[in-house]
Amino acid sequence: MAVLRVEVVSADGIAWEGDALSVIARTVEGDLGVLPDHEPFLAVLVPCAAEVLTADGHREVVAVDGGFISVADNRVSVLSPFAKIAREIDLDAAEHELAAAERRLNAGDLDEETRQHYLRAQAQVRAAHLAQSAK
Amino acid sequence: MPASLRELRQRRKSVAATKKITRAMELIASSRIIRAQQVAARALPYTRELNRAVSAVANKSRLDHPLTRDVQDPKRVAVLFITSDRGMNGAYSSNVLKLVAAFRQRAEEQEGREIVRYVIGRKGIGYLKYRNIPIHAHWEGFSDAPTYDRAVEIANKLLEDFLTPTEDGGVDEIWAVYTRMESMLTQTARVRRLLPLEVVEGVQEPDPEHPDALYLFEPDPDEVLNALLPLYIRSRVWFYLLQSAASQLASQQRAMKSATDNAQQLIERLTREANQARQAEITQEISEIVGGASALADLTENE
Repeated sequence: MAVLRVEVVSADGIAWEGDALSVIARTVEGDLGVLPDHEPFLAVLVPCAAEVLTADGHREVVAVDGGFISVADNRVSVLSPFAKIAREIDLDAAEHELAAAERRLNAGDLDEETRQHYLRAQAQVRAAHLAQSAK
Repeated sequence: MPASLRELRQRRKSVAATKKITRAMELIASSRIIRAQQVAARALPYTRELNRAVSAVANKSRLDHPLTRDVQDPKRVAVLFITSDRGMNGAYSSNVLKLVAAFRQRAEEQEGREIVRYVIGRKGIGYLKYRNIPIHAHWEGFSDAPTYDRAVEIANKLLEDFLTPTEDGGVDEIWAVYTRMESMLTQTARVRRLLPLEVVEGVQEPDPEHPDALYLFEPDPDEVLNALLPLYIRSRVWFYLLQSAASQLASQQRAMKSATDNAQQLIERLTREANQARQAEITQEISEIVGGASALADLTENE
């Protein structure tokens, strides 16, 4: 059976790459699963914890903060500026950041940047939890 | 009469101390440049994927987006330039500043446009402040190790100003002056237009094996383009910052290497002069003694 060649790319480099059986991510239209031989498409992502079921049966969780996913010819690239693989996320630090961003939001700072920080931290916390529950 | 022996020795000592410093700075720069190049290399897949996605959308959409629309007869032109925070890197900053000056002259004097300046790096800020030239926005403190956060911050400011109408203080065009790292030996300052985007230029073929890969876009091509273009701009700024940082370190390494070499030459020359002076002193002493002795001998003979 064909496998997906997955690349998760962040601005600082490749966060994860490898062969996978499926990829699940959340786009602006809703959750989306990609299986091998999917038709070519390009979708805009929202901050979420994307899941990759690797070819050897593991589950990798990646926190993404927007960006997009593109699929063509069994190559999947998830592109997200601050993509981070779940096991490299420092849960305490992410939770701390989430709390800080939440405080700023509650204090009335409705800046786009603060919102981005909040969503990114939220995605990271979720991804870290998801990765822990899988173990 | 050459300088005194003591003076020469003192100078040699101080040059040797300077040489130690420049040598250390050279070594530091050469170790950090490898890191800077690695960071720049790691950012490549991101740029590549973005380019691919933009060209996929470009094939599908009309590409009529505020960020790609050319402004007829631009009035206010922004220039973002990247200089260093510290000196000791040769002509790195002044090359950029020279290019900015040439750009300003062309835009202001020949085309009659107003220039708005966005500066990165203390050297550039200092240059403009000293000449009382207004600075629209400036950033500092990360010229040799930029982070993506900073690129986002800068790009967001640029996007915001670009999308503001000209009458309300916005700008019609944004140009970037950065230093491209050609190799360890050559770095050239360059001017590039950042906004409005020229998507046609430099767009890669979508996929060499499947040039006609018909993408489905979710939600639709225009929405995807809306999301993609800001990412693309941020990635351009990020690329400029990384290139400039690597160039700065390379330039520093080269400047410090020639400073070290010069110091070495100076030390050799001073050593030679000091030896000469020492020799001259000894010769003089001997001739004084010989002269004194023969004078004494003459005196005793006459008695």
